[in-house]
Amino acid sequence: MINARVYVTIKQSVLDPQGNAVQNSLHSMGFKEVEKVRVGKFLEIKLDTVDRQEAEKRVRDMCEQLLANTVIEDYRFELEGL
Amino acid sequence: MHVAVLVFPGSNCDVDCYKAVEQTMEQPVSYVWHDKDDLTAYDGIIIPGGFSYGDYLRSGSIARFAPVMSALVKAAEEGKWILGICNGFQILLEAGLLPGAMLKNENLKFQCFQSTLTVENNQTVFTSDYEHQEKITIPIAHGEGNYYCDPQTLAQLEQHNQIVFRYADHNPNGSVDHIAGICNKQGNVLGMMPHPERAIHDWLGSADGRRMFTSILKAWREHHDTVINS
Amino acid sequence: MTQLSTAKEPTAEQIESLQLYKQMGVSDHEFELICSFLGRKPNYTEIGVFSVMWSEHCAYKNSKPILSRFPTTGERVLVGPGEGAGIVDIGDNQAVVFKIESHNHPSAVEPFQGAATGVGGIIRDIFSMGARPIALLNSLRFGNLENDRVKYLFEHVVSGIAGYGNCIGIPTVGGEVMFDESYEGNPLVNAMCVGLIDHEDIQKGIAKGIGNPVYYVGPATGRDGIHGATFASEELNEDSDSKRPSVQVGDPFMEKLVMEACLELIQSGIVLGIQDMGAAGLTCSSAEMASKAGNGMELYLDQVPQREEGMTPYEMMLSESQERMLFVIEEQHEDQAKAIFAKWGLDCPKVGKVTDDGNLTLIHHGEKVAEMPVSALVDECPVYEKPSQVPAYYQESESFDSTKYEEIQDLNEALERILASPTVASKEWVYHQYDYMVRTNTAIHPGSDAAVVAIEGSNKALAMTTDCNGRYVYLDPYVGGKIAVSEAARNVVCSGAEPLAITDNLNFGSPEKPEIFWQLEQAADGVSQACESLSTPVIGGNVSLYNENANGAIYPTPVIGMVGLVHDVNHMTTQSFKTAGDVIYVLGETKAELGGSEFQHVVFGKTEGRPPELDLQKEKALQAAVLHMIQSGWINSAHDCSEGGLATAIAESCISGGIGAAVEVDMDLRHDIAMFSESQSRIVLSIQPEWQTQFETYMSETNVPWQNIGEVGGEQLQVKKQHEVIIDASVSRLTAIWKEAIPAKMRGEQS
Repeated sequence: MINARVYVTIKQSVLDPQGNAVQNSLHSMGFKEVEKVRVGKFLEIKLDTVDRQEAEKRVRDMCEQLLANTVIEDYRFELEGL
Repeated sequence: MHVAVLVFPGSNCDVDCYKAVEQTMEQPVSYVWHDKDDLTAYDGIIIPGGFSYGDYLRSGSIARFAPVMSALVKAAEEGKWILGICNGFQILLEAGLLPGAMLKNENLKFQCFQSTLTVENNQTVFTSDYEHQEKITIPIAHGEGNYYCDPQTLAQLEQHNQIVFRYADHNPNGSVDHIAGICNKQGNVLGMMPHPERAIHDWLGSADGRRMFTSILKAWREHHDTVINS
Repeated sequence: MTQLSTAKEPTAEQIESLQLYKQMGVSDHEFELICSFLGRKPNYTEIGVFSVMWSEHCAYKNSKPILSRFPTTGERVLVGPGEGAGIVDIGDNQAVVFKIESHNHPSAVEPFQGAATGVGGIIRDIFSMGARPIALLNSLRFGNLENDRVKYLFEHVVSGIAGYGNCIGIPTVGGEVMFDESYEGNPLVNAMCVGLIDHEDIQKGIAKGIGNPVYYVGPATGRDGIHGATFASEELNEDSDSKRPSVQVGDPFMEKLVMEACLELIQSGIVLGIQDMGAAGLTCSSAEMASKAGNGMELYLDQVPQREEGMTPYEMMLSESQERMLFVIEEQHEDQAKAIFAKWGLDCPKVGKVTDDGNLTLIHHGEKVAEMPVSALVDECPVYEKPSQVPAYYQESESFDSTKYEEIQDLNEALERILASPTVASKEWVYHQYDYMVRTNTAIHPGSDAAVVAIEGSNKALAMTTDCNGRYVYLDPYVGGKIAVSEAARNVVCSGAEPLAITDNLNFGSPEKPEIFWQLEQAADGVSQACESLSTPVIGGNVSLYNENANGAIYPTPVIGMVGLVHDVNHMTTQSFKTAGDVIYVLGETKAELGGSEFQHVVFGKTEGRPPELDLQKEKALQAAVLHMIQSGWINSAHDCSEGGLATAIAESCISGGIGAAVEVDMDLRHDIAMFSESQSRIVLSIQPEWQTQFETYMSETNVPWQNIGEVGGEQLQVKKQHEVIIDASVSRLTAIWKEAIPAKMRGEQS
């Protein structure tokens, strides 16, 4: 089993309305040191395979095709053997 | 003219689009379920609003993998007229039939009210019954209608006259360049956030949406006559 | 009875000796009764099942004597209280199905999910009757909007309602939102759903036919919401936050699929009985379905879809996982049912069968783990006649003259302050987040007296509203109860509809307190009296008790949800002034009544004295006259005078019409009282001058007082009284104040 942890975030060049809202809210709560907030998605995917290289390719395909919309989003992922 | 209204699990404006076709175009209309793979019987295809597959992950992102979408891509290539409204627009973007992507509304809230649009391009089959730069009232109802594309894409949209509608006085979602609806380069695929099917009777608040449907019918009749006479 | 294999659970002996039943809200006396019904001590699963079935939420053990006072029958009533929702005939073989239900406690601890699942639950009540849901309404109460926690609750309750209703595609067309310190920490979230049905499709939640299989549809059962029904029947306190796991998570997409599939199944004609799993989940639905048929039911818990591993029978029976339904069909129709559900991507496992032994029997891992008489679960919960006592504040207020306040001179300023009060101010901030147009039948949008939804394929429409002024009810529960029903009917009439029936949501404090129980009795009597007079029977509803916070009970708030029939869509009428030159009339009599008014609260910071009086005969005559004149086509606008009085009602008609008015009133009252008194049974009308003669002739023949008070037109709202200008304001300024009040508060700006 391989566990994939996928992070999807709005691209730096694209306005992130949720990130801005959280940032404003943190500022008004007194967390003045907050410089930037980006809100994204976190997905945990369990893969029934032991082939790490294959898993990496498959997860990348999943990200490209469904998990992220690369027009507005970036993604990265980590693989972990279980 | 035979019109198809696509139905995905979670579509909820399918009935409204069906009624609008009946009441404005008075042409045959059929629901087509997401698992069908053939759209050859239809001259026009509407992708209705709603929350296909719950809009989980991203609006429209799961719907684009439904079997009917391959048939839709084929229909688009054949030049058939395709109108995506709200969630339908989001699906067209996710499927790559139109450029760009949707973000959450700038104020992060679902917004539903009458909006005023400017008709930027009345040379499409969907808008020929409007005047150029006419102001029309069509309601919006969405949480993710903040249209985004990069500056190069925007320049191309401008260049090819693909921006069909803009929000006139108040941009309700923060979309790039106040965009409310765009078409593809060929002009046969239109996506828009506002709901013309909700503006077909005065008692609904506006009847300005009727002319989208009558434009399509007019175009079909002209096309049809040409085919018969040639 | 088999002792459970799960060693973690307490034994029957421990439940008794450690009095564990008390943690589940079961009293010593009730525990003894349960033992005698079983003829032995209950095991952990059984006491759990009894505790939820015998909670106030399911058994109405404290409120039954109250509810029995309501008039529940009428010529048009097809189904009254006791089913998922009541049903009223509207002619042409069609009927309207509606019900209101509270989700107050879940919303107080997790406002988004609490409100969302409240909406989901009431929608299931409607489609489980076989009806297509066509509209949603919400009646909301929050504390002072200056308070950050209140803002948080308000914001998330509204987005929870929006999140569910918008996704499932049922328009949220109306309701009300009020703000008062009394609801601080204990908001009220009451959701109402209205559906349409053809007579032959009416379903009941009944387990018919011995040996018939019982099916489960919807998502798998998880550990969420365990003891939600008991939770709803307790006071909120500091520990409430730690009860968060009791709050369920809603999935409107799943509910959309379940709804479409169930409606298709019902249309196929093979359903014998169907019920949703609401409060107390599988327990309540199975026991009630068996009880209505006089049968028993056996459940095979291993067949129940489970989201988590190692779930015990106790957890499965008490889970309040959402979007689940239970139904009974004949075995021979199983393939047909499976095919319908498969089309919507759903499965419907067989989880039980109807039996003839009158018991609810649970089988788990091949062993019988619980066996309880259905009748004991459903019918034998003791009913309590609680002691009742007139509260001290009521006796004091009887002699209090609220008109003795110092006279306010600047009535422009007073009007502006009232329009800026969140209770009166525009609710656009709220309803612009709701999709109120989907299904394209919404003819009168939120913001007028009642919303109106057209009935597809006919010339008719349905008007709907929710109403209750908790301040009046607090000051005099009997009068306040009468007013709640009368105002709802007045709103329905102003929209051009004939009132049909009501659903009620009784939101009160703890019935253990005699003063609160007195409020409950009095308010119910007032509601009953008004329902009798106005011929609007109670066809169902909900009771939410124990609404308390650190400062005590909330204002008693019996919310009335009313539906009316517009016989001809041409009768649909809104509150907005339409055309310059139209003549303005006020019907009804203005008296010196400031007790419980918005003016009293906004200007003097008080809620005290006597609420306005209400004479049901006068109310009835007023409504009959207005409905007659609307149906005759004379009326251009009609607006009920409610919170904020006459000046506010006229201002609202100006604002919504975007036009001014020149008004002159002749009243033998102090200026401020004349403008802001909340005397009942008053309606502001505008009519075209050509109908003036007919109108005045007709009105002279009624006993309803009326006064020509001016003319629509211009850009100012000007009010004269005895030739003196007492209010003079530009409509655009009033509009800005009224529209910006709530958004400004939500942005955190100082008012």
